[in-house]
Amino acid sequence: MMRRNFYTAFFAAGITLVLTCLMVGVKLTSEGTELRVVGATATQWTWIFSGIAIVFLSQLFRDQISAATAGIPRPSLDKILPAESVRSRLKPWLIAAAIVGLIIWPFMVSRGAVDLATLTLIYIMLGLGLNIVVGLAGLLDLGYVAFYAIGAYTYALLSNYFGLSFWICLPIAAIMAAIFGFLLGFPVLRLRGDYLAIVTLGFGEIIRILLNNWTSITGGPNGISGIEKPTLFGLEFNRRASEGGTTFHDFMGIDYSSSYKVIFLYLIAVVLVLAVLYVINRLMRMPVGRAWEALREDEIACRSLGLNRTVIKLSAFTIGASTAGFAGCFFAARQGFISPESFIFIESAIILAIVVLGGMGSQLGVILAAIVMTILPELAREFQEYRMLLFGLLMVLMMRWRPQGLLPSKRPHMELK
Amino acid sequence: MSQLLLDVNALTMRFGGLVAVNGVNLQIKNRQIVSVIGPNGAGKTTVFNCLSGFYIPSDGSVLFKGEQIAGLKDFRISRKGLVRTFQHVRLFSSMTVIENMLVAQHRHLNTNLLSGLLKTASYRRLEQESMDRAVYWLEQVNLLSFANREAGNLSYGQQRRLEIARCMVTQPELLLLDEPAAGLNPNETKQLDELIVRLRDEHEISVLLIEHDMSLVMGISDHIYVIAQGTPLADGTPDEIKNNSDVIKAYLGEE
Repeated sequence: MMRRNFYTAFFAAGITLVLTCLMVGVKLTSEGTELRVVGATATQWTWIFSGIAIVFLSQLFRDQISAATAGIPRPSLDKILPAESVRSRLKPWLIAAAIVGLIIWPFMVSRGAVDLATLTLIYIMLGLGLNIVVGLAGLLDLGYVAFYAIGAYTYALLSNYFGLSFWICLPIAAIMAAIFGFLLGFPVLRLRGDYLAIVTLGFGEIIRILLNNWTSITGGPNGISGIEKPTLFGLEFNRRASEGGTTFHDFMGIDYSSSYKVIFLYLIAVVLVLAVLYVINRLMRMPVGRAWEALREDEIACRSLGLNRTVIKLSAFTIGASTAGFAGCFFAARQGFISPESFIFIESAIILAIVVLGGMGSQLGVILAAIVMTILPELAREFQEYRMLLFGLLMVLMMRWRPQGLLPSKRPHMELK
Repeated sequence: MSQLLLDVNALTMRFGGLVAVNGVNLQIKNRQIVSVIGPNGAGKTTVFNCLSGFYIPSDGSVLFKGEQIAGLKDFRISRKGLVRTFQHVRLFSSMTVIENMLVAQHRHLNTNLLSGLLKTASYRRLEQESMDRAVYWLEQVNLLSFANREAGNLSYGQQRRLEIARCMVTQPELLLLDEPAAGLNPNETKQLDELIVRLRDEHEISVLLIEHDMSLVMGISDHIYVIAQGTPLADGTPDEIKNNSDVIKAYLGEE
């Protein structure tokens, strides 16, 4: 036993040595025109070797350690949360309180915090949309960011070339994304699992490369800048009104502040997220929500019962895509500048990570995971280059501790009274 | 004139060079229980797959209520009123029993997204109707008290009954049962026997049955077809089949 543990401990320590030496032990610094490799300082070496020692010892004595920690009770959600009946009575009040809190909150905190919250809300929207496709319908989509890009570019181009406003473009962007979802879905939804993942991955890249190379229309890698911000019933949030326009602060008779715009964008995002949440909540209780789950469980049985699987899968794909279209349109309006750089594969991966971390199919879980995934990298900014390392550590711990996701939950099941 | 509910002529299914089903004929009238028997690997399930649209037959015609259905998509055939079960139970096992029943009625429900989002009157009425139908059929198979259980947690016999109820709730005219008694104990088999007879007598549907349990088959069938190695061997009433020397030879080998 001890002998086997010794080998694994030795191996783990070796991997730690290689990884830390590469990431922490050597550094590139620029001196004048050339780059030089610099070794770590003595204190850093002490840290590296003590880290390796810890890994070695914890692996060597892992049986003893796990025996010692077995007595510690694991946190259980069921014990912390009140009983089911109490929860269902409290639910409407909690939701109301959350909405009121979301609306009041931005007036009390800094501009940066509101801005970060807006970004989080965009990821929540994306997570909720992908959750329909992956979590509920069980279709692994690795190119989800393509629909996000389509939504963003729809608004940017329509606004740039035709001067259409944000509010008109919002449904158009969702419809465009849905159309692309439909076009992609129609041929590929007969594929399953890995094959579907590969095709969607390819689709995501095709859209990005197309945007990158269609310079005459999309501006290629330079992107599109100066996208108009949303207005409130025609009121602008700029310092000076554009020709024939009125600004918000003039209309209200208050002084100009740049934070109005940030708060306004935040509030739009809140409204969009609430709308998406409501729609998805209803969908899950509707026949189509049941059919998604049934199709994920047993496709052959569904076919034998007269369910048209193509239509049902397409509906999941299209609804998911249109949510991303919404999010993309809003993203373009918030940033004022978009380029293909914003829609690379890693974005798809992050959105998928949000869905998986949250617990597939769970809406609250997706929201929590989106918050964690956007706020954590910001909080960890002071760790500079170790930021992604921390991020990775979190993911590994998460998979170790709660492989089923933060809040795994099922679709609300219909009950017979 | 008694029109045939199902009229299968010279049904042939080839997989490459292998002829799995060769020139099978079947005739089913309204309110009849018809069985297909034959040794293992005779091609009985292949016949079922051809009838229900899971395979497209290589040759021959399948007339259901006088209409050609060979080559139609599986879900279209089941919507016409020809619904099947499977040799191995195929339930939506992590969904509740009542939800299994509701999924089966998907096409009877108002699946318009907008009316569902707004909970319109017609949406609620259809949802209620399908709920009532589900309750009715759960009662028929003695599963009403299990309605809120997860389907995967039911006993095997209950799962079998739920599968039949789930088919019946789609309001079929012809039910194809693929070895419904496999794995059931004698008591459960007897219940199944009664259920199938009741489906014919009270609910006025026809049943096409594949089964190895000879006492069940002989007891309830109006007509029996025997298939051996993909080709039709004999057909007739249970008594005729019991005394047919070819059938005895196929099952027991030659003396």
